[in-house]
Amino acid sequence: MDKIRESILTKSHASKLERRGKIISFMCLGGICLIVLAIFIFIAYRGLATFTSDHVSIFKFLGGTKWNPEVTENGHPLVGALPMITGSFLITILATLLALPFAIGTALMMTDITPKMGTRILQPVLELLVGIPSVVYGFVGLTVVVPFMRSIFGGSGFGILAGTFVLFVMVLPTITSMTVDALKSVPKDYRSASLALGATRWQTIYKVVLRTATPGILTAIVFGMARAFGEALAVQMVVGNAALMPTSLVAPASTLTSVLTTGIGNTVLGTVQNDALWSLALILLLMSLAFNLAIHLIAKRGELKR
Amino acid sequence: MVNTILKTKNVKLKYGDFEALHGIDLDFNQNEITALIGPSGCGKSTYLRCLNRMNDLIDGVTVTGDFDFQGADVYADDYDIVDLRKQIGMVFQQPNPFPMSIYDNVVYGLRVAGVRDKATLDEAAQTSLKQAAIWDEVKNKLDQSALALSGGQQQRVCIARALAVSPDIILLDEPTSALDPHSSRQIEATLLQLKEKYTIITVTHNLQQAARIADKTAFFLSGDLIEAADTKQIFMNPEHKETSDFITGRFG
Repeated sequence: MDKIRESILTKSHASKLERRGKIISFMCLGGICLIVLAIFIFIAYRGLATFTSDHVSIFKFLGGTKWNPEVTENGHPLVGALPMITGSFLITILATLLALPFAIGTALMMTDITPKMGTRILQPVLELLVGIPSVVYGFVGLTVVVPFMRSIFGGSGFGILAGTFVLFVMVLPTITSMTVDALKSVPKDYRSASLALGATRWQTIYKVVLRTATPGILTAIVFGMARAFGEALAVQMVVGNAALMPTSLVAPASTLTSVLTTGIGNTVLGTVQNDALWSLALILLLMSLAFNLAIHLIAKRGELKR
Repeated sequence: MVNTILKTKNVKLKYGDFEALHGIDLDFNQNEITALIGPSGCGKSTYLRCLNRMNDLIDGVTVTGDFDFQGADVYADDYDIVDLRKQIGMVFQQPNPFPMSIYDNVVYGLRVAGVRDKATLDEAAQTSLKQAAIWDEVKNKLDQSALALSGGQQQRVCIARALAVSPDIILLDEPTSALDPHSSRQIEATLLQLKEKYTIITVTHNLQQAARIADKTAFFLSGDLIEAADTKQIFMNPEHKETSDFITGRFG
C-alpha cells in the first residue's frame, strides 16, 4: 500500500521532463522579451537625450526643415527632421501605391485566373525577389534607374522617384504573397455561389473575392509600408542623401534611414550629432510600432465582420 | 399534360481518364420535384453539376452527351453560360451566404445582371424571401450580416438568393445535410411550396426526405442511373434489385 502511495506522490520521469521543457521554453521567451525591452529602453534613452540634455525643443525637431547638427543657431543645434520624415513617408506611400495594382493583379493570377501557372512560375519568382539582398537592388537602382531618371527629368537623377522605383520592386513580393494568402482564405463556396447566380468571373472577383479579402489586403499593404519605411541601404544608394525639404520628386532628398546609415558611423557617442541620429531611430521605432498596431486593428475589425 | 423542361441523354463525364458518369439518360418534368439518390460517390452530385455547367470550373473535366433545355443545347459552343446559370439556379450543401447584408445577398444575382433600380431590387428581395419562407424572420434586419443567421436561416436566404433571379429550374445539392432536423423540415416545406412555380432537382442522402417531397426519384449507383420513376414506385415496387437493396438499407 505504501509503495503505491509513494509512487503516486513522487514525480515520474515524464512529468519531470515536461517541467524541464516548460522552464526552458519560458526562459527563451523571457530572454527575447528582455532583449526587445532593452532595445526599446536604449533607443528611447539615447533618442530622448536630444531633448533632455541638448535642450532641443521637440517641435523644432519634428517641424524644423534645416538639418545640420554641426551648426548651432541661437545656442541650439540645427536638427530639424521634417525633410527626412517627409522623404520617408513620400517614398513609402508612393512605392506602396505603385506596387498595389501589380500585387493585386499578380495575386489574382495566382489564385483565381491561372492557379497552375501561378504556383509553377509566379511563386518561385516572388520567392526569388524576396531573397535578393537589398544592396543588389540598390546597385541596380544606381546603375539603371538613376541614369534613366536623369535622361528623362534632367538633374542628377537621384531623388525620391528613383527611391520609389527601387522600393516598388522590393515591397512587391511582400504585398503580393500576403494578398495571395488573403485571397486563398476566401472560401471556394463564395466563388461557386456567385458563379451559380450568373455572375461572370470578373464580377465574382470584384464583388465577392476582393471584397471578402479586403481586411487581408489592407494588412498586406501595411506590411509593405512597414518594409518600405524601414528599408535603408537600397534607398540610401539612389535617393541622393541631401537633407533638404523635398521640392520635387527628382531632386536629391533623404529619408530617416538614409541619414542614419550615412551618419551613424561618423559621429561620436554622446555628442549632439549622435543624439540627433538616435532621435531619428526613435521615430523609426515608433513608426514601426504604429504599423504593427494598424495591422492588429485591421485584423480585429476583419474578424468582427465575419 | 406534363411538360418536360430538361432532357439529358447519354451524359458522360470524365476526370482526366477516369469516367465518373457512364451515360445517363434522364428527363425532368416542369413543376415537379425530382430527387437524385444513391450511395456516396455514385455520381449524383456530379451529374447535378453538369446541368448548370458547374463542372466546367474543375480542371481536366470533360462532359459529353445531349442536354436539351427548352430546345437549346446547353453545351453548345455559343451557349451563354452566364445566361444558363440565371435560368438554372443552384443551392449548395453548405449554406454559403456572402459576407454581406441579407439584402445584398438576395439581390446579388440581379445586381450582377445589371439591375440598378432600387424599387425593383426591393420588390425582388421581398418576394423571394417570402417564397423561401424566411421573410418574417428577417424583415426587420435586412441590413444585418447574413452570417449572423442560424444555419437553417442561412440556407433559406441562399434559396431566396437563387430565386431572386427567377430561374426556371433550381438545383439543390444536399441542401439539408448540414442542418438540424427542424431546419430540414422547414426547407422541405419551402420546397413543396416552390414546386408551384419552379422545377426542382435535388440531391439527397436522406431517403425519407426523397419519399416525403419528391414526385420522381432517380437512383444512381457507381456512375450509372439504375432506375428513375415515380417516387412511390421506386420506394414500393422498384424494378431492380440494387434499388430495393439500397432502399431497404442493405448497402449504401
